Amino acid sequence: MLLLLAPALAVVGLLLVLPLGWLAWQSIYQDGFTPEHYLRILQEDIYWNTFRLTFSISASVTVLAALLGFPVAYAAARLPPRWATVVLALVVIPFWTSVLVRAYAWLVLLQRRGVINQVLMDLGIVDEPLALVHNATGTIIGTVHVLLPFMVLPLYAVMRKIPGDLLNAAASLGARPGYVFARVFLPLSAPGLLAGAMLVFVLCLGFYITPELLGGGRTIMVSMLVQRNVELYHRWGAASAVGLTLLFVVFAIFWIVDRVLPLERVYGAR
Amino acid sequence: MSVIRREATRLAAALAVCLAASAAAAADQITFVSQGGSYQEAQTKAILDPAAKALGITIKQDSSADAYPVVKTQVATGKIVWDVIDVAAGYCLRGAAEGLLEKLDLALIPNAKDLDPAFRSDHAVGYITYSTVLAWRTDKYGKNGPQTWADFWDVKKFPGRRSLRNYARPTLEIALMADGVPADKLYPLDVARAYRKLAEIKPHITTWWTSGGQSAQLIRDGEVDMIMAWNGRVGAVMKDGAKVDYHYNQAVLENTSLCVLKGTPNRVASMKFLNEAIAPRNQAALPLLIDYGPVNLKAYDTGIIPAARAAQLPTHPDNFRRQAVLSAAWWASPEGAKAEEGWLAFMQR
Repeated sequence: MLLLLAPALAVVGLLLVLPLGWLAWQSIYQDGFTPEHYLRILQEDIYWNTFRLTFSISASVTVLAALLGFPVAYAAARLPPRWATVVLALVVIPFWTSVLVRAYAWLVLLQRRGVINQVLMDLGIVDEPLALVHNATGTIIGTVHVLLPFMVLPLYAVMRKIPGDLLNAAASLGARPGYVFARVFLPLSAPGLLAGAMLVFVLCLGFYITPELLGGGRTIMVSMLVQRNVELYHRWGAASAVGLTLLFVVFAIFWIVDRVLPLERVYGAR
Repeated sequence: MSVIRREATRLAAALAVCLAASAAAAADQITFVSQGGSYQEAQTKAILDPAAKALGITIKQDSSADAYPVVKTQVATGKIVWDVIDVAAGYCLRGAAEGLLEKLDLALIPNAKDLDPAFRSDHAVGYITYSTVLAWRTDKYGKNGPQTWADFWDVKKFPGRRSLRNYARPTLEIALMADGVPADKLYPLDVARAYRKLAEIKPHITTWWTSGGQSAQLIRDGEVDMIMAWNGRVGAVMKDGAKVDYHYNQAVLENTSLCVLKGTPNRVASMKFLNEAIAPRNQAALPLLIDYGPVNLKAYDTGIIPAARAAQLPTHPDNFRRQAVLSAAWWASPEGAKAEEGWLAFMQR
């Protein structure tokens, strides 16, 4: 058994554990042991502001992805298999386009003289172009687009396994459609929702290209702090400390969610 | 003697010959590192191939977007693979301070004396130049757009949307010029004054751009009406037919530098290569292929650059004298590093 695991363990050890250990070492050792890089995160406003903004953007993205993804997954799960395949394909196809290309595509749509503002102004809905990009709004729109499949796919997987009989049974006992949805369907699809939400939230915490291009320079996320520290200030220790802090925060979130709802139930078949 | 042993002897002999040959080849071969892409291709045609021919050496090439850490590792371990690197001027200064670079052997680089003192140091010679210019939409302001950075700051006289670079360098220089500091009296920068001046314009900045491609997109699509951007990017946008114009008034001139790794076995060949790289005719050949200017102003006297093209280049005498020259030395100093670190805090304010 252990022999079968050996190649995978070696890869994980070499490509994950070793570099992470190196990061941890760098973050505390610089000509002697020092807590300075972690203290800086606690003391300097830019770090605190950046972490706060990153988490609030990730939360917004997660909520929006859930609101947009739930109906899509529901439709895919209820449709005949042939149509379900089409819906899922449409969800997954954008995956094959580079994040960079998609960020520029959103610029074309959202900017001041972009398609959306042009249409809104031609229809007389707005007089002034809306500030849809070069700010947090643009960042959230672009990120939701990239991360939507991570919400839809786990939801679909769970929803497809919800027996239609249960819904029919509830209806036959006199429940209205809204009540069936709220009391039967929604609780049964909760594990998918939670799995999707966690994937989207955690992935969003580390986003770099999308906020860099759509955030207008004002939307500074944690990944950008890491990049600036390495490329501009050559402070590898500081960059490592920021990265590890983010990692620990993510672990903490997993741990808390696990207390509420055991993870093996979220990801497992049960 | 067994067959195996005879074979082994022959193999060893062959190996020895190979090694000797490669050692001989190594003596007249250098490895040159730049930043890749169309930039490095243009150098290959204009400078590297002619230099290799003139010196009778082989120039191997490598590219790296972030060469500095690699240089540090190579020198620290004594395994020198690269000989000459083309990097931002500041990196050469830093490398010299950290003992990573060979001191220039000026006897082997006679062309160095032709360079403006701003473009050379004890450990590096300038290589190519580029400028950060003020560009504007002609469909918004006509031919006579904002002439100075003070105009850029004047939101009443020039209403419209603006974009600046999302880095301290050279945005602080530009802010100081907008505040009335003459282009030749910028250094040492009054950092606090620069940030105060930037705070004035901050509410009117639509986007703080990060990459050159982004700056080009912003002005080409008319997403902003005026922008600070690199001359090459603006030139490309104008070539595409966008309604954009720029000038070199109060632009900030920067250069990349060539330096030689400490302890390279090819020191002499490397120094000779530096001399060829800044030779007037090679320097003159590069701007025909790509939007960078020569560091060696004698390039303009070679007759290789057509007058119309020369007038577009950052170091053309008419353009040169209207600009500020960025001090890489100041930015490499502790004050410079501190000014750079103040940027993120300014953005979040």
